[in-house]
Amino acid sequence: MIDIRELTKRYGRVTVVDDFSLQVAAGESVALWGPNGAGKTTVVRCLLGLVGFDGSVEVAGLDVRTHPKATRQKIGYVAQELSFYDDLAVLELLDFSADLRRLGPERVDAVIDEVGLGEHTDKRVAALSGGLKQRLGLAVALLPDPSVLLLDEPTSNLDAAARDGAIRLLDRLRREGRTLLVTSHHMEEVGMLVDRVIGMEEGRITIECDPIDLAERLGIRAWLQLVLTNGSTQAAIEVLGAAGYAAKRNPRGVLVEVPAQGKGRALAAVHHAGIEIQDVEVWR
Amino acid sequence: MTAAGQALSTAGERTEMRLVTIVARKELRDATRSKWFWLWAGAFGMLAAVLANVALPGSQVSEFGNFGRSAASLVALVQLIIPLMGLTLGAQSLAGQRENGALRFLLSHPVSRTEAFWGTFAGLAIALLATTAAGFGAAGLVTGLQGGGANVWSFVRIAGLSWVLAVAMLGLGMLISTFTNRTGAALGTAVFVWLTLAFLGDIGLMGTAVATDLPVSALFFSALANPVETFRLASLTAFSGSLDVLGPAGTYAVDRLGGSLETVLLATSAAWAVFPAAVASIRFAKSKDL
Repeated sequence: MIDIRELTKRYGRVTVVDDFSLQVAAGESVALWGPNGAGKTTVVRCLLGLVGFDGSVEVAGLDVRTHPKATRQKIGYVAQELSFYDDLAVLELLDFSADLRRLGPERVDAVIDEVGLGEHTDKRVAALSGGLKQRLGLAVALLPDPSVLLLDEPTSNLDAAARDGAIRLLDRLRREGRTLLVTSHHMEEVGMLVDRVIGMEEGRITIECDPIDLAERLGIRAWLQLVLTNGSTQAAIEVLGAAGYAAKRNPRGVLVEVPAQGKGRALAAVHHAGIEIQDVEVWR
Repeated sequence: MTAAGQALSTAGERTEMRLVTIVARKELRDATRSKWFWLWAGAFGMLAAVLANVALPGSQVSEFGNFGRSAASLVALVQLIIPLMGLTLGAQSLAGQRENGALRFLLSHPVSRTEAFWGTFAGLAIALLATTAAGFGAAGLVTGLQGGGANVWSFVRIAGLSWVLAVAMLGLGMLISTFTNRTGAALGTAVFVWLTLAFLGDIGLMGTAVATDLPVSALFFSALANPVETFRLASLTAFSGSLDVLGPAGTYAVDRLGGSLETVLLATSAAWAVFPAAVASIRFAKSKDL
C-alpha cells in the first residue's frame, strides 16, 4: 500500500531523510518511532507530496511525484501541528474539506458522529481546545473514508483522558483494516496501535522490530487495561501500587504498566486481593 | 538524482475549475469576515464620499460634469489607497497561510498548488471588487444625490480601472508572498513596493527626467512600467480624452499613438493585472517545499 524507496530529503546542505526505504502492506499498521528531528514528519510530508524529494514514493500504486492529487485522494492525514482555518466554524471547515473531495453532507454528518463533535459544530476552530482540535483533525482525515491514514504524532497535544479516547478510536480504525502510518515518540501509543516499528534517527532507519521487541530493548513495558466491577477501582490501584506497579484510573477502569514479558504477576496480584476482573486488554 | 529532481511535478493532473471556485469562495468568505476588510472598505468609502462632496462645488466652473469631477478627485485617492490595499492583502495571503500552517492543511487535500493559488487570487480579487465598489458607490451616491448626472460613463470606467489596479497590486503582493514564509517580511516588502510605486515612481521619474534629459518617449514608457502610473494615465484619458495635460510626455503619447492610446493604456493595465499573478503562480507551483 505504501512503497518508499531510497527516499532522501535535503534542506540546503542538511540531509533530514537519508536513503530511507519502507514498504507497508495493506491493512498493516506501522510506526515511525524516534526523537524529535529524526525525520519522521518529513517522511509523512513526502508521502503527501508537500515537499520535493529524491527517490520514489508510491501510495496505493500511485506515484506521489506525478499524481499528488490522486494520491492525496486516498489518504487521510492528521498533522502534528493542528492548523486549520481558524475563522471558520467546525461545520464550515468540514464542509469545505468535503467539497474539495467531492463528498456530500451525509459524510460530514457521519464523521461528526464518529469523532463526537456533534455539540461543537457551530464553534469557531480558534475557540476549540487541543483535544477538540485533535478530534477535528481526525474528522477531516476520516472524511474520505481513506484506506491509508497518516497520523503525525496524533496524541501529542492531548491530556491523558483525551489521549485514551484518541487511541481507542485509532485502534478501532486499525481493526477495520485501514493502513496506518503513525509517527510517534510515545512508546505507549506505539505499543497500542502498531504491528511494526521503524526506529529513526538523523533521517536513517536504526531499528525495525515489533513493539514488544522495542519495549524490551528500551526497557519499556506494556500496559494492561483492567475492566473491574463497580467500586473496586481504587482498591485495585492500591493493590497494584503496593505490588510495585504504576497504575492509574481511566474511563474504562485501571491502566497498569507492566513488564512486556511479565503481565501475569500484575493480574495475579489483583486476583489474590479478591478483586473481580471483568475484562483485560493488553496494549502493547 | 540531482537537487533539481527534488522539485515536484504534477504532469498528468489537470487543473480543475471546480476546486479553484471552492477555494475562491472560502477566501472571499474569510476576507469579508476580516475586520481589515471592513476597515479598508469603510475608510475608502468614507474618503471617497467626502472627496465627492468637496469636488462638486468646483464642477460649475469645470469642463467636467459632476461624475467626471468626482472621478478625477477619486483618482488621487485610488492611487494611494488601492495599491496599499492590494499589495498588503496579497502579501499576507500565501505567507500568512504558510506561517500558520493553513496552506499545508489545504494542500493535504486533493488540490494542486496551481488551484490553491488561483482560488486564493480569485477570492481576494472579488473581495477587492467589493471594496472598490463600496468606495465608488459612496462617491456616486453623494454625487447623484446632489444632482450630478453627466459623465457617468467616465466615472464607471475609472471605477473599473481602479479594480484592475487593485488586482494588479494583489498579484504583485502574492508574488512577494511566494518569496517568504513570514508574514512580517512579506508585509514589509509590500509597503516598500507601495512607496516605490506610489511616491518614488512619480517623483523619481520626474527627477531622473530633469537630471538626465530623459527623452519624452522614455518618460512615457517608464510610466507604463509602473502600474500606478498606468492607472493614472488611463484614468486621465477616461475623463479628458487626452494626455496633453501631462506636458511633453503626454503630448508625445497622443501624437505617437493617436487613437490607439486608450487601447495601449487599457492593454497595459490588463497586462499588469495578469502578469505578476501569473509569475507568482508559476513560482508557487514550482516551489519545492511548504
